Amino acid sequence: MLRYLRLLGVQVRASAATAMQYRTEFLAEGALALFWSGWSLVPVLVLFGHRPVVAGWTFDEALVVMGWFLLMKGILEGAVNPSLASVVEHIRKGTLDFVLLKPADAQFLVSTAKFQPWRVLDVFAGLAVFAVAFHRMGRWPAPGHAAAALLLLLCAASTLYSLWILVISAAFHVVKVDNLSFLFSSIFDAARWPVGVFRGAWRVIFTFVVPLALMTTFPALALLGRLDLRTALGSLLGAALFAAFARLVWKASIGRYTSASS
Amino acid sequence: MPLARRVRRPGARVTLPRVRTLRALPTLLRVGFAEAVAYRAEFLVWLLSTNMPLVMLALWSAAARDGPVGRYTGAQFTAYFLVALVVRLLTGAWVIWELNFEIRQGTLAFRMLRPVHPLVAYATENLAAVPLRLVLSSPVVVVLLLSSGAPLLSRDPVAWAAFPAALAGAWAITFLAMSLVGALAFYVESAGSVFEIWMGLFGVFSGYLVPLDLFPPWLATLARFLPFRYMLAFPVEMVTGLLPRARALEELAIQWLFVGLLFLLASAAWRRGVRRFSSVGG
Repeated sequence: MLRYLRLLGVQVRASAATAMQYRTEFLAEGALALFWSGWSLVPVLVLFGHRPVVAGWTFDEALVVMGWFLLMKGILEGAVNPSLASVVEHIRKGTLDFVLLKPADAQFLVSTAKFQPWRVLDVFAGLAVFAVAFHRMGRWPAPGHAAAALLLLLCAASTLYSLWILVISAAFHVVKVDNLSFLFSSIFDAARWPVGVFRGAWRVIFTFVVPLALMTTFPALALLGRLDLRTALGSLLGAALFAAFARLVWKASIGRYTSASS
Repeated sequence: MPLARRVRRPGARVTLPRVRTLRALPTLLRVGFAEAVAYRAEFLVWLLSTNMPLVMLALWSAAARDGPVGRYTGAQFTAYFLVALVVRLLTGAWVIWELNFEIRQGTLAFRMLRPVHPLVAYATENLAAVPLRLVLSSPVVVVLLLSSGAPLLSRDPVAWAAFPAALAGAWAITFLAMSLVGALAFYVESAGSVFEIWMGLFGVFSGYLVPLDLFPPWLATLARFLPFRYMLAFPVEMVTGLLPRARALEELAIQWLFVGLLFLLASAAWRRGVRRFSSVGG
């Protein structure tokens, strides 16, 4: 365990050192990240400009969901997506062999291969949106609610990561996978809306199949103090099951991996 | 071919590059179609990732449950976003990714050795996939015709006659803008992020996320002066009965003006960029 923590430290340091070399990129990316955060608010503003309440959500509450979306997006693009790109490259070229030969868990190694520290800005943007939303509501989340939200944040991050492992596992079968990451982010985009606005099949898909609800809506409800215990426990259980499932699929896929050159 | 026949006789006509390109077109189209069929799994993934109109449809329908939003009822939203999905599926292009990749990897060199202009080759590859796109978007059309939005489709034959031209224009703007931004990869490393900005502007100003007349008036007016509207909202509004006939024809003219402008810009950027291009290795 300690060994893996040390290994994680090394990988993060390497990514940070790489990122430090591109300081102009940091400025450009920072400006872009701020622009995007503001930009992604446009549909929300237009929607709530026409309606005070949509599917039981007020503007301020929808802003909290939006904040979670930005936060998760920061995690996705800072910690998850960069590694995805590098694994896909490994699979395509057959250089995944070198990773598999290393004396550490392959899933751990590929998942921590690359970070983009600048994406922290997205996380800050998410926190800023929380601040605005709660300021407008004239109250602050109770400590208990904040703690529940933090717990759900862990669930959300773990679910996001598990989904990503599933995408990677697909990469073993469909080699040209840039489209898959594109698909992944396009589906994730729907997480900026409270899941309550979706009905029928969409709601089932976004709650159980691609659990976007677990990533943004439920944590937002927790922060607002509106999450009931059953949903909270369900989220914990769901996240655990998803993680276990992803691990199983990864094991099965890696077992079937043959190097590109052999 | 016997060597003797290749020697140009005096007075024989030189084949012009344009004629040469025209002659190559059928083959290029066939190759493009075969490629599209070969990569059908990716095609499907691409199809699935164009899910935004459906998400936005769900969202706006939720808003329209207790009364119309602006002039949009639930049925109107259904018609709007389903047609938007069809238009997007038919007019999408991906040349930017290919260009970015080929310029950086240097494989563009192979394309430049061929006697056909690379942009023409990319364009035919894209267009060759149209039959497959039609097949893949037909389920959406069926759903549209069965949905509550069907009665709201335009009954004006002129609108339907102009629709293919509007679709062609929308595709041309998408393709040319991608070529223009893609040509930036000759100059800068991060043409990809420039294109991300373009996509962000597209999301808002094309009516992809929000029908444009739900914006505050000044934003909706601004959108009329930008090319994005003509890539999506214009063809969609034309056949969902949201645009009067005279207005539609006027906008069709504006759309093709944008096509012309982008064509000039893209070919200029490309000409200048190619001079800077050098392939490594080989």
